[in-house]
Amino acid sequence: MSEKLINAKCEHCPDQDTEFGEIDAIIDIYREKEGCLIQVLHAAQGIYGYLPLPLQRYIADALDLPISEVTGVVSFYSFFSPTPRGEHTIRVCLGTACYVRGGKKLVEHLEKTLGVELGGTTEDGKFTFEIARCIGACGLAPAMMIDDVVYKQVTTSKINSILAKY
Amino acid sequence: MMINLTINGKTVQAPDGSTIMEAAKANHILIPSLCYLENTHAIGSCRICVVEVEGAKTLQASCITKAAECMVVKTNTDKVRNARKVLYELMLSDHNKDCLSCRRSQSCELQELGKMLGVEESRFEGDTLPCIVDVSVSITRDMSKCILCRRCITICNEIQGTSILNAQNRGFKTVVGPSMDLAIGAVNCAFCGQCTVVCPVGALMETSSTQKVWDALNDPKKRTVVQIAPAIRVAIGEEFGYAPGSRVTGKLASALSDLGFDDVFDTNWAADLTIIEEGTEFLSRVKSALTGGKAVLPIITSCSPGWIKFVEHNFPEELDHLSTCKSPHAMMGAVVKSYYAEKIDVDPKDLYVVSVMPCTAKKFEITRPEMVNNGVPNVDAVITTRELAEMIRTAGIDFVNLPDGEFDKPLGLSTGAADIFGVTGGVMEAALRTVYEIVTGRELPFVQLHVTPIVGLDGVKEATVKIEQVLPDYSFLEGVEVKIAVASGLKHARTLMQQIADGNSPYHFIEIMGCPGGCITGGGQPRSSDPDVAQKRLEGIYDEDESKVLRKSHENPSIIAFYKDYLGEPNGHKAHKLLHTHYTKRGVYNQLDEDAATQVPQTPVEEKPEVEVSPMAVQLQKRDITGAKAQQDISAVHAGALENENTKLKDELADMQKTVETLKRVVSEYSKK
Repeated sequence: MSEKLINAKCEHCPDQDTEFGEIDAIIDIYREKEGCLIQVLHAAQGIYGYLPLPLQRYIADALDLPISEVTGVVSFYSFFSPTPRGEHTIRVCLGTACYVRGGKKLVEHLEKTLGVELGGTTEDGKFTFEIARCIGACGLAPAMMIDDVVYKQVTTSKINSILAKY
Repeated sequence: MMINLTINGKTVQAPDGSTIMEAAKANHILIPSLCYLENTHAIGSCRICVVEVEGAKTLQASCITKAAECMVVKTNTDKVRNARKVLYELMLSDHNKDCLSCRRSQSCELQELGKMLGVEESRFEGDTLPCIVDVSVSITRDMSKCILCRRCITICNEIQGTSILNAQNRGFKTVVGPSMDLAIGAVNCAFCGQCTVVCPVGALMETSSTQKVWDALNDPKKRTVVQIAPAIRVAIGEEFGYAPGSRVTGKLASALSDLGFDDVFDTNWAADLTIIEEGTEFLSRVKSALTGGKAVLPIITSCSPGWIKFVEHNFPEELDHLSTCKSPHAMMGAVVKSYYAEKIDVDPKDLYVVSVMPCTAKKFEITRPEMVNNGVPNVDAVITTRELAEMIRTAGIDFVNLPDGEFDKPLGLSTGAADIFGVTGGVMEAALRTVYEIVTGRELPFVQLHVTPIVGLDGVKEATVKIEQVLPDYSFLEGVEVKIAVASGLKHARTLMQQIADGNSPYHFIEIMGCPGGCITGGGQPRSSDPDVAQKRLEGIYDEDESKVLRKSHENPSIIAFYKDYLGEPNGHKAHKLLHTHYTKRGVYNQLDEDAATQVPQTPVEEKPEVEVSPMAVQLQKRDITGAKAQQDISAVHAGALENENTKLKDELADMQKTVETLKRVVSEYSKK
């Protein structure tokens, strides 16, 4: 974690240190419910794209939870991201079936094509590149997802045309 | 109701509702455990206490599995023993095994467990998580030694309610720490040190100051002055084999002079002084409040630096409630470097004051810019009870066979009222003994002077003292029922503070100690496996009080002389300069709120040299904190860490250079041949 992260700001919402108004309505719905933190974080990530520390603090204050607990939950689940994410998320499946049918090659190819390492976001902010452990599409191996769309039997030659759609 | 079960072939009885481990213990069968902490922490995370339960598919953690009627349990089968060994070895595979040079060696619960389980090898060579040592002025976190038992999380969240430490990340990467990998000195930690008491290994410890003290002792130009807090005398004996609560005051005084301290004083003396100052402050605030003035009530004691830092972070708007008195050891330091320095004709700069405290927060307290008079810090070093025991052992002092010594005069004389500063309720009782007598001319109307409703280990205690037949000067107090409250532990402190913040606190006078039970079970006290240790130390403290002839602070002849010869009036001008302080508004996350920040004049902040410290520490310095005050505080916290790290690195560099030179010599000799 770096200094960058602590001061990270979401480009879409200028007054982020103090203004997280959009999440208030959601917090109001969940406030009294036990174990509501994950729902609120999920919604917050939906609205702001990621969960910068100021936003985590805001949620901690609003739900009267210690900040160490909120950051603990955020860092526990890999779907929560404290760093800015790309517009689209690419997830290459590396479950057993996809792995043996060339998933690993896809990862290497994508790293080269996108110019980012696994877990990173492209410079233009378009793609965040991750892996998934089995998306339940073993019959279509090797499979890959971009956001909610599943691509089947992906090969390195197909990748460029897929990426071009975004 | 009792239930019947079979453990290791024996039919035994146990109270309904007890766990397998408790049932076994009640029947003299010991089950090894690691993360389990009686009455505090039972979550079954380490799995060392697993046992076989007939009918269960897997081994069961006995610290969380309830014993049931007709249950058949085996605690000592091959399967169980092997499982424990494998679990242990897996823990070792990601543990920094520098045991020989670890400060917890021989007092490490992991080490002890290995011996108990008969582990003779460590078969798993796996990855280890890269870790950084996080050094703050008070607490050092070395996560390479952490075994993720999570006792500290329970203490920090459930017992103290401060919630600084929590598990971050997941699986193999799990680290126990403050949010976002921040350094502990960078967040709103009160430095109470309770986590360092429960840590079974060397992962959480007080930041050692012993080298600083040795250096001062070895420096012929320094006159070294040591003082010990009230709670040390009933606890340090445990480090040398005495039963908890044993009073070893005389031996302690001897040991300190054997260590080479020039003056052995007693923080108790300053505790008596605190009572005079705080009592006067209380009376003047009450007078003002009762005669239409604007005084802020309730007034709250300020002896516990963990509590002070906590309230600065969490209730920055309520700081006016705090007594302005410095804590007793800081008062002692201020007096030593003014009154005493004059008396012995020594430049205060050549005096080195060491405080032996049951407390880790006091290490932070002495770095506060307010704890400085005439350009010299009140106190130069704070060591904990545990660190003093370590020094006594290092020096080869045979503690048990020492003769009983005495504290040096004039700052070694104290009354029983000072002794009870070490236990929850004690400061309040000591204050009442004096205030009541000053106001009415009569002794406090309680058996043995003990204010029974506020004696004991409960988290929050309260009492009402009715004041009648007052002396003429105090007619404003006639018939007033003074409502008092006592809290120990930061969770309970928060309850009382919330009442104040909400505007419905019924009290006039509140005593708060940051650690549950007060200083007797402070963050710097010896670690104990005795579940009744707090009660035993409490009894030791009250015994010490009752053994004294003088038991009220205002009767201390040395204090009376001090006011007469030097200080003048209680709460007077000189007293305010030397013995009183002010507080800093800190934000919840250690950042000043903007109002406070803008009130502080902006001064250029000294650039700290870039040293290779933990990235967390560096990150802290770069954080967006505005306000010179905040910067000062933060740099104070970090100056110590940087210094430590710097000397460490320098030493390492020197060692490496030596090695290189030796190698060069060997090579050149060899090539000549």
